[in-house]
Amino acid sequence: MNKLPEIKETPSRFRNTIGKYIIKRSSKCISCGLCAKLCPYGVHLRYDNYSKPIRPIEHKCIGFECKNNEYYCIDKCPQQALTLRLNPILETMGDYRWTSEMLIAHFEMAETGNLPNVKLEYDLGNSGGGFDKIRFINPDADKYINISDEEIDTSVQLNKTGDDRPVTTISIPCYGGGMSYGSTALPVMVGRARAAKVLNTLTCTGEGGYPPELLPYKEHVITQVATGLFGVREETIKYSPVMEFKYAQGAKPGLGGHLLGAKVTPAVAAMRETVVGSSLFSPFPFHSVYSVEDHKKHVDWMKEINHDVLVSVKVSTPIDVDMVAIGAYYAGAHIIHIDGSYGGTGAAPDIAKKNIAMPIEYAIPKVHRFLLNEGVRDKICLIASGGIRNAMDVVKAIALGADGVVIGTAEIVALECVRCTNCESGRGCARGIATTDPELGYMITEEYTEQRIVNMYMAWRKQWCEILRSFGMKSLKELVGRSDILVHLDYLDESERAKYKPAPNVEMVI
Amino acid sequence: MPKKYHIHASPVPPRVKPIGKYTTIEFREDCAGSCRKCVKKRCIYDVFKDNYTHMSIMEEPEYLYTCNSCFRCVQECTKGIFSRAINPEYRTLGDKYWTPDIIYKTWLQAQTGKIPVSGAGYRGPFVGSGFDSMWTDMSEIVRPTRDGIHGREYINTCIELSRRPLGLSFNEDMSLKTEVVPILEIPLPILFQQPEFGILSKNIPISIAKAAEKIGTLMFIKSQDLNSDLMAYAANLIPCVNKNNYKNHTEIIHKCKMVEIDYEPGIEKEFSELRKINNDLFISVGMPLNKHSSSRALEIAQTDVDTIHFYADNNGREYDSDNPLFIKEKIREIHLALVKKSIRQKVNLLFSGGMAMAEHVAKAIICGADGVVIDSALLVAMECRMCYRCKSGLSCPAKFENAELPYGSQRIVNLMGAWHSQLLEIMGAMGLREARRLRGEVGRSMWFEDLEKECFGPIFGERKVSLKL
Repeated sequence: MNKLPEIKETPSRFRNTIGKYIIKRSSKCISCGLCAKLCPYGVHLRYDNYSKPIRPIEHKCIGFECKNNEYYCIDKCPQQALTLRLNPILETMGDYRWTSEMLIAHFEMAETGNLPNVKLEYDLGNSGGGFDKIRFINPDADKYINISDEEIDTSVQLNKTGDDRPVTTISIPCYGGGMSYGSTALPVMVGRARAAKVLNTLTCTGEGGYPPELLPYKEHVITQVATGLFGVREETIKYSPVMEFKYAQGAKPGLGGHLLGAKVTPAVAAMRETVVGSSLFSPFPFHSVYSVEDHKKHVDWMKEINHDVLVSVKVSTPIDVDMVAIGAYYAGAHIIHIDGSYGGTGAAPDIAKKNIAMPIEYAIPKVHRFLLNEGVRDKICLIASGGIRNAMDVVKAIALGADGVVIGTAEIVALECVRCTNCESGRGCARGIATTDPELGYMITEEYTEQRIVNMYMAWRKQWCEILRSFGMKSLKELVGRSDILVHLDYLDESERAKYKPAPNVEMVI
Repeated sequence: MPKKYHIHASPVPPRVKPIGKYTTIEFREDCAGSCRKCVKKRCIYDVFKDNYTHMSIMEEPEYLYTCNSCFRCVQECTKGIFSRAINPEYRTLGDKYWTPDIIYKTWLQAQTGKIPVSGAGYRGPFVGSGFDSMWTDMSEIVRPTRDGIHGREYINTCIELSRRPLGLSFNEDMSLKTEVVPILEIPLPILFQQPEFGILSKNIPISIAKAAEKIGTLMFIKSQDLNSDLMAYAANLIPCVNKNNYKNHTEIIHKCKMVEIDYEPGIEKEFSELRKINNDLFISVGMPLNKHSSSRALEIAQTDVDTIHFYADNNGREYDSDNPLFIKEKIREIHLALVKKSIRQKVNLLFSGGMAMAEHVAKAIICGADGVVIDSALLVAMECRMCYRCKSGLSCPAKFENAELPYGSQRIVNLMGAWHSQLLEIMGAMGLREARRLRGEVGRSMWFEDLEKECFGPIFGERKVSLKL
């Protein structure tokens, strides 16, 4: 990626943004405009020929850290009309995995393409295990290489088999997870594809068909073939550089998919070749696949339809996920995509989301080691997903043994999803993301979606580059499987543990 | 083909205003009032429907029990006068074990009979104590499953509570020599028991008994608490007696299918006396879960008992210990002790205490239980807040004294309908069609300690911080 995609400021769709701090302007304000002149972060706006004060852009305020600056608006206001405090709303946002600070930081990254100015903990969640307890070792300062971001290689090669199919390379170690037509608004789907094109990566149709609006971006769209076979046709497989067999989704393996009748609008029904208003179930499993041999027939079938297509096999993470991975390899897959249990979902029984399948943090090293021992690790691309939330999770997953990751929730968070968990409800998402309702779907545009996602990945890329530089690496490929540069806080003595950033530990109301 | 077992739910609205997690706070003095874009009217969940027409008379702050936390009112109000907070009442629900989330979700299940479904992935901690330190395992392409609950194949949740012979023997004429004992089968691996608190009206135990009758399960009840109203449900009751008082309760013992007798050394001598009162009687021996449980289970299992019932405390911990083990570990210990002596098949194991969610049923069975017994969850179905005020003689915020019989029984039936459906979901995902096959099937589970050792051990070495299990 020599020329990086362009970052464009893409503000929130909503009138009032949510920030870490609240800054209020009282009626004592005389609209002198001093705060607008002083603040370098753009918290206070003042337009020419507009005498009334404008409400502060709260999410840009760096808060009490600003106190020692000469431009600290609270102290400088001649009328003492400004007050600053921590936003109490933070307590009501987010959860153990996606804390409120992580959400706000991602909103900011998606808006600006840069890491937030505000001090926010966005590298770690509050889950108390897995990625949230894993750290990179403190790097040797002598190994640091001072090269620009443009010189750092963050690409991933998807076809390592050496067969005669294309050696497809994506420029960032992430591609978009499957979100079907029907589960998300069409502008979201198209916007994600546009972002994938700009970023030279991929996105996935999910199991809901291939809307014609995606055709201009078809080089970057994966066709998903799942058990319901909704909307899958030969032509959609011919469009795609990669096709994905979805055997299971990590958040609800063994259960299959379910699209509520309320979301099956005429357009969705037409795309899926079903009946309007009728709930749609994707069975589990493929009834034509009961063995690795059956699976191979599936893979061969796809390869025959499209001689250039790469085959990805998406599976969840049972205890024998390593055996599943090797089975997929011998069946001829180019990509084995393992999806852990804490990933996103449009709708799933709570009992499944919490209890079924292995967290991806365990599955990655397990599969990586097994493939290494079998001598095939360099012949297959290992992609991980399910609970990978931020830039640091991505590089931790790669250091544990993945080649790249699939991102779903974080892309949606970039579009200002607040994880209110109502995606399954009748009209769908109140924020216009996971909905087929025409009114709600108008809340979002393709342009906004595209740029917010591009911005977020560009901000993430800055973190990846810094990590690589600090370990003297020029390519993410050098990081694959380098678990020797990771530590887990629970595996360190107390004195050793003190050298690393502590794990957040806040009792949350859930 | 026999008719599928199905629990028929019918929505039962709450009697008292439910306590939602979030409140939307409105700072009304700044309201423009006439901006014509009032977010209250535009709320897609219609949570303001009861109050946006009479703004001037509302109290502050306003608690919106059905707020779905989408933040649109906060972010779209033209004057920015909305904010949100955690409902202070929500924080007062339950305790660390019976969390507000468990209680709130139980209310919803009891109201609707539906499985809690949501989007956006899992929101909780990576791992927790007790049942939260194990994951269940699902089928995969190398271990094909059935169609689950949406398919054609029947997933059976029946369990037996009757003893079984360990083998068959035959006479010379090849007729069966082994005495075949009657079979007591219940359609789901969940039994009820009288809660330790919250019995604030006679309708509470009757509601539980009536629900047990409706769904075909049984209810443990202390013999001294039996009354004429409850006697109508005798076939679904398991009176709990002891060596000294069972002769005072011959009427109920004659009518019921099963009786429970408190453990005492040599208690097996009383079994034949009990069966003299009722020839078809099934016998359970009840005892607290403590450090002696395994040895006592081995001792009792040698007798002609049908079922052994262990009582843990309300949070699922063993009694009489400074460092109590959780029920999950105890079930495993007792189950394996019986397996080791090759007598596990002979008796049935029931466990009560701390069974708060549908997943606990599945996990307890995976650990080795035949079934579980629930109590506090029944109260929560009837809108109990687990505030324990009644224990101190204070008033009940859920007004249990006014609970009507049809309300209580149907709320419990609904809850069991939701739990049954979740059991089917989880077993379908495992590729299992029999709850009985799930018993002790640890191959369908993953345990925190094992995964850490196997997956992280080769990378990080020895774990220095142990999880409080």
